[in-house]
Amino acid sequence: MTNHWIDLKNSDCLLIMGSNAAENHPISMKWVMRAKENGGKIISVDPRFTRTSAVADFYAPLRSGTDIAFLGGMINYIIEKNKYFNDYVVNYTNASYIVGDKFDFNDGLFSGYDPKTRKYDASKWAFKLNDKGVPEADPTLKNPSCVFQLLKKHYSRYPVEKVSEITGTPVADLNKVYEMFSSTGVKDKAGSVLYALGWTHHTFGTQNIRASAIIQLLLGNIGIAGGGINALRGQPNVQGSTDGCLLFHLIPGYLKVPRTSQQSLDSYVKGNTPTTGEPQSANWWQNYPKYTVSLLKSFYGDKCSKENDYGYAWLPKCDDGATYSWFDMCDVMYQGKIKGMFVFSQNPAGSHPNTNKVVKALSNLDWLVHTNIFNNETASFWHGPGLDPKKIKTEVFLLPAACSVEKEGSLSNSGRLAQWRYKAVDAPGDAISDGDMVARLVLKLKELYQKEGGKCPEPILNLQWDYVDEKGRYDSHKVAKGVNGYFLKDVTVKDPSGKDVEFKKGDLVPAFGFLQADGSTSCGNWLYCASYTKAGNMMARRGKEDPTGLGLYSNWAWCWPVNRRIIYNRASCDPAGVPWNPKRALLKWEGDKWVGDVPDGPWPPMSDKKKGKLPFIMKPDGRAFLYGPGLVDGPFPEQYEPVESPLKKNPMSKQMNNPAIKFFKSDMDKIASADPRFPFVCSTNGLAEHWCSGAFTRWQPWLLEAQPELFVEISPQLAKEIGVKNGDRVKVASVRGEVECVAMVTPRIRPFKITGKVVHQVAMPYAFGWLIPKSDRNNSTNLLTPAVGDANTMCPEYKGFMVNVTKV
Amino acid sequence: MSKGFSILVDTSKCTACRGCQIACKQWNGLPATQTKNWGNYQNPQDLSAVTWKLVRMADGTNGHGKVYWNFFSDQCRHCLSPGCMAVSENGEIKQDEKTGAVLFTPKTKDLDYQATLEGCPYNIPRQDPKTKRLFKCTMCFDRITNNEIPACVKSCPTGALVFGERDKIVEIAKNRAAELKKTYPTAAALNADDVRVIYVVKDDPTKYYEFAAGK
Repeated sequence: MTNHWIDLKNSDCLLIMGSNAAENHPISMKWVMRAKENGGKIISVDPRFTRTSAVADFYAPLRSGTDIAFLGGMINYIIEKNKYFNDYVVNYTNASYIVGDKFDFNDGLFSGYDPKTRKYDASKWAFKLNDKGVPEADPTLKNPSCVFQLLKKHYSRYPVEKVSEITGTPVADLNKVYEMFSSTGVKDKAGSVLYALGWTHHTFGTQNIRASAIIQLLLGNIGIAGGGINALRGQPNVQGSTDGCLLFHLIPGYLKVPRTSQQSLDSYVKGNTPTTGEPQSANWWQNYPKYTVSLLKSFYGDKCSKENDYGYAWLPKCDDGATYSWFDMCDVMYQGKIKGMFVFSQNPAGSHPNTNKVVKALSNLDWLVHTNIFNNETASFWHGPGLDPKKIKTEVFLLPAACSVEKEGSLSNSGRLAQWRYKAVDAPGDAISDGDMVARLVLKLKELYQKEGGKCPEPILNLQWDYVDEKGRYDSHKVAKGVNGYFLKDVTVKDPSGKDVEFKKGDLVPAFGFLQADGSTSCGNWLYCASYTKAGNMMARRGKEDPTGLGLYSNWAWCWPVNRRIIYNRASCDPAGVPWNPKRALLKWEGDKWVGDVPDGPWPPMSDKKKGKLPFIMKPDGRAFLYGPGLVDGPFPEQYEPVESPLKKNPMSKQMNNPAIKFFKSDMDKIASADPRFPFVCSTNGLAEHWCSGAFTRWQPWLLEAQPELFVEISPQLAKEIGVKNGDRVKVASVRGEVECVAMVTPRIRPFKITGKVVHQVAMPYAFGWLIPKSDRNNSTNLLTPAVGDANTMCPEYKGFMVNVTKV
Repeated sequence: MSKGFSILVDTSKCTACRGCQIACKQWNGLPATQTKNWGNYQNPQDLSAVTWKLVRMADGTNGHGKVYWNFFSDQCRHCLSPGCMAVSENGEIKQDEKTGAVLFTPKTKDLDYQATLEGCPYNIPRQDPKTKRLFKCTMCFDRITNNEIPACVKSCPTGALVFGERDKIVEIAKNRAAELKKTYPTAAALNADDVRVIYVVKDDPTKYYEFAAGK
């Protein structure tokens, strides 16, 4: 989230799209309802009329996988009807920048595409720079090569009638949503976007979110109270694990994973540290070397120094351009090239796509270690439906884990708020926390490498591992302090105001502004620097003061970065530092300092031509990206069909699918698009009563009573066509697998009219599996889903694939 | 009796998360029953001797072809003049003076179940088939007499359930209905002057549940 949960109450209009917040994030509705009580409007856009739609002021349906068409239409509407916030757009976004003449877009493809490698050469999309290395700009926004004009041209291809043909949303509904949401493009209104897996679970998921970023920037809704782009994250600490390094292309603090072409620390930091000629840009990532060296110091302590490149050689390197997602791992496992695997707190045999392939891949392992609080379909895969346990060689170890209330530590929520929590009870039996498991595992590995040697022992032997107490037990406070970081020698450094401050060896670093690239500081994650300081564990704070009334609660726990509750907050003021909306002022420049929330940097606002800085400090040139040349699949979002689509042709262009996605070639990776055998669009969804794949909640009788078994929601029209009545048993099949379930016939699902033809959509929860409850009435919906992922993140396309539904 | 407590069920704020349904079972130690999906999210299908709070979920289309999905967190209304008590001659059903809670005692096993049910306008009492005893919501009598709010109210994330002194709740309910009426002409606070558990609805009550406003 750019903003935070409580801030939803400050919004004048909430666009809930790609999210069924009421179902999957029930508590969010507390704040959504507060907004509604204050006169705010709720818009729900979803293929189904959901529990969220039930309390929305306006609902609009759309076919799964057509969000970019829907949002592209809104961008066109905002520009054509002059609804954008001109001062914000001109000053704070790259609207005025001139794009170089190598940029082009033709029939669905941007310039620089190589069909052999399925990759773009993004250098073709670069800005035209002046002799100082700053993009040339036209603040009048008239130059035909400026971002604003290119944006206008690109989305002029998305008139509302065309959008309706693709999405199936009635034209009147589109216009209503566009009118409601674009009404926030003025100084004193705030519009918020709430999204979740409904946007990320596509082969163009990242571009769905980019499209919303363009809208929010055009409307001036980023950096303000009640605005922002708010990812409602699906698990209590998934934000924390992403900040850590959950994803294969990142190391802690969103630093890039080292690549094989970057053999020295110097080449790594040079390759990742942006430069700018823009004098008013803070270019915050210029601190990349400080964060990298401090991270290496936290990994390797005294064992690393300038002389040995701070141990950079010990970090594993990924091949350039290669992906290492679950799909890749599963594919390699399927080929029999992986021997063993640790799976923590995941249920891949239930929640990952193309489950038949997952199970085959797991069967190829020699050993599988799984930690969880309950048994699940992954730990038990070897005796699943249709498998003969005698023929499965994989040895499975299920380690009992402590659950959330049985351990102490931090938890970071969607609003970047890290809150300390305490242990309430001891874990039962032999169960221990996963932190304890990792701590013991590392100590054992160190012992074995010490004793037996082995290939490349240095990364393990040199690892600083002082995270256990005197009895060898995992100590979450030691980890939290290590993540915050220490001074490693006595130093005198300048604080942000230029004053000298002395620190002793062993002092906790007060904030990331003090981190150094010379080995004098350590920090396990620069974003969390300031979370555990001399003043104590900031995450354990419980202050309830709310002086602004905006719900910032700055003394409650702690959030990154440096406890700033709404990021890019300097954009909530005009270039002179005066709040756009004084009634919801986050910050104000008082001639010599900012007053209010923690500002996005101490510098004066940009009207101070000498010392002032632009508000989007994480962008090299200080301005937010309407035009985004940083992604692998194009600088503007473009509508492509899901990999499995009901259509033979993409109505927008010759290019059917996202050109930059990766396909897997195994015999189990089948795709059936526009195939008469599988005529209906299907999308998967969560349930309020179950936790993700249900691995925890299906053991809970009350929750199972409320939501007992797998079902498919279908429209009355489709039910009539296929001769199915409400409550009948049906078979749902894709080219990859099939499941039986109950048909729920409901007007909440409706047929769409797409390019003149009727297209039926169905929907299934993914919360069920064969293991529990014990019956033959449940299996995993993911037997149906395709293992294809987003071009930038490899996030699976669970939302939009093709099935057939027949009566059993 | 008009003092005591009341519960507001503002259906316009309910998202059917069913926290209240589960919290009721948890606090009262009521077992889960084995259910099947019967083509509806609502489950169990009905109230029972072990289900005293049930979120009813009704979908359909209204005159303009617009879809609705109405949620009705059903429970005993704790009437000011309880119809169920008409058959109770030997203290089988009691009305607590202080709180106003209507309580089914173990002696309800001796009551004529059909007659008791017919006396209730809201179709609430349910009989344990084995012991013949009757059961329903107690307003969390054990909680509210110990300065705690009912378990269902405690669990509600959106503010749809509110517990408090009756006078205040009646006022909130009526004001809320008046506010909603501006947008939804059919909005109402159902039987606010006769019951302690007051439902605020936007739509025709029968589009929530047959007995939402009484038989």
